[in-house]
Amino acid sequence: MPTALFTPVPDPPAPRPAVGVACRGIEKEFGSGETRTRVLHGIDVDFGCGALTLLVGPSGCGKTTLISIIAGLLDPTAGDVSLFGTPQSQLRGNRRVDFRARNVGFVFQQYNLLPSLTAAENVAVPLLVARQPRKRAIERAAGVLDAVGLGSRLKAFPNQLSGGQQQRVAIARALVHEPRLLVCDEPTAALDSQSGQTVMELLKSVAVHPERTVIVVTHDSRVLQFGDRLLEMADGQIVLDTIPHPHP
Amino acid sequence: MNWVAWKMLNGDTAKYLGAVFGVAFGVLLITQQASIFVGLMSRTANPLRDVREASVWVTDRHQQNADEIEPISDGAVHRIRGVEGMDWAVRLYKGVARARRPDGIFRQVILLGIDDHTFVGAPRTILMGDLADLRRPSAVFIDKAGHESLWPGEPLRLGREIEMNERRAVIVGICETSAPFQSFPVVVATYTGATRFIARERKQLSFVVGAPVAGVTPAEACRRIKAATGFEALTYDQFVWQTINYYMANTGIPVNFGITIVLGFIVGAAIAGQTFYLFTLENLRHFGALKAMGVNNRRLIGMVLLQAAVIGAIGYSLGVGMAVAFFEISGRALPDLRGINIPWQVALGTAGVVVAIITFASLMSLRRVLLLEPAVVFRG
Repeated sequence: MPTALFTPVPDPPAPRPAVGVACRGIEKEFGSGETRTRVLHGIDVDFGCGALTLLVGPSGCGKTTLISIIAGLLDPTAGDVSLFGTPQSQLRGNRRVDFRARNVGFVFQQYNLLPSLTAAENVAVPLLVARQPRKRAIERAAGVLDAVGLGSRLKAFPNQLSGGQQQRVAIARALVHEPRLLVCDEPTAALDSQSGQTVMELLKSVAVHPERTVIVVTHDSRVLQFGDRLLEMADGQIVLDTIPHPHP
Repeated sequence: MNWVAWKMLNGDTAKYLGAVFGVAFGVLLITQQASIFVGLMSRTANPLRDVREASVWVTDRHQQNADEIEPISDGAVHRIRGVEGMDWAVRLYKGVARARRPDGIFRQVILLGIDDHTFVGAPRTILMGDLADLRRPSAVFIDKAGHESLWPGEPLRLGREIEMNERRAVIVGICETSAPFQSFPVVVATYTGATRFIARERKQLSFVVGAPVAGVTPAEACRRIKAATGFEALTYDQFVWQTINYYMANTGIPVNFGITIVLGFIVGAAIAGQTFYLFTLENLRHFGALKAMGVNNRRLIGMVLLQAAVIGAIGYSLGVGMAVAFFEISGRALPDLRGINIPWQVALGTAGVVVAIITFASLMSLRRVLLLEPAVVFRG
């Protein structure tokens, strides 16, 4: 029986990004009795590391609820979220709070900077939450602010900064403790077009990292070009999972 | 995070100061009114409280306070001296007389008559004159405030004359006495001299004061005196508190001051509580953001309590400081308020009230912070 002298070896599969966030059967209901409203209907979705995923959809479709559950700020009614292999349902109370403090960074639509702290002090807050000494935390914050182009505004208070600058401070704050998940809620909604572009460029260049998952909720069609992946939601479900087209 | 809490508090200057001055105003009201109340009550036994060398006070058994006196017979002093265990006992007169200046201006005065020989009960602080001159005929001492009341705007001077019960009295000394409750001048004479300045009664002796021998307590001496003579015999503290308790129970003073003190608490709690609550409400989204970033409830409680404690401590210090300044200034400008200061018990009690105010303010605020869903930060 002839034997093959050469056995063809298949091409190795293209490396797939590791899954950072895995959502399985996520359901969420608010209210009770006749006022009960189901906001999410059994969502199954994975978010990979090293990519910026845009989550879009009309108001009330459940985007904010989904990222709140992913970030561990809300409990799902059913289903579970696994963050980097850790099922959130297994974490309760302070353990979940500590997990969030270490692994999740937030960028909010209204920046939520503390008005009485300077830019550097604001950025240092997550490090202070992690009980780092204040001096070291502020030094580290200064370095991250420098990376987002605000090295000259370390001692500026939020009301001395433009909206775009404040959002850059917020991004620095979200990244200073090197979280593995970055959740951004409408980061460009309060900004003009130019500032919005700058913020998204910054997120793309500074936040995206092979070991980090970045999820950006947005209504802003001007920033879709920055996404590596686009998820569209409607009526509590993901109705489209695609790669966004470059902006014309 | 305490540092962040401190910076948050300082960042909103208007509310910070509003809450601080709310506490300070409440503390001022409470401390000032409580201190005046305590001062007034402790004056009810003045100027007899100055007679500290006497640990046993004997008087009529129906006496209720140091102002309404049923005289006892002069011979009572001998009976008291005869009670076993008494070391010494002397006479003391206290009554009210009318002192008239040569030009007709008069004032009601408190007349003290001290033992002619031992001078037990004599004023301790002599500003002018020599106590020995009290033995001269018609000689009296007058307290400084009394001199200023009878001769307002005039310098203190010895040798002035007054008339009491149509008898001439010469001022041979000026002294300090504890301010009496009624704000009357205090005139001090010997017992014999004093009885000349009042209308003659069959019994004139107000008190027999004395002290027991070593080894016998004043309380035991009083018990023996009561048993042996039927007179009322009180220790020094009992005597002072008998009068204070009488005024507490039979006048509207405690109610009036109590109302103001309660108002001070309500005003302090309302202003500080509301301002601090508003401060927390306005910072709710920041607390939400901190919660989202991983600050647990225990640390948030610590932050809110620290903010409340800072407000309480600064407000308390300011309030007590203002009350001290009030008594310092008013004590010099208003003779009627002389000697009234802030007892440590009042300062301590007010600190307790401040703790209650800031606890109330904190609880209102903490409830909102603890019930806050961190997901609120995503709602624009």
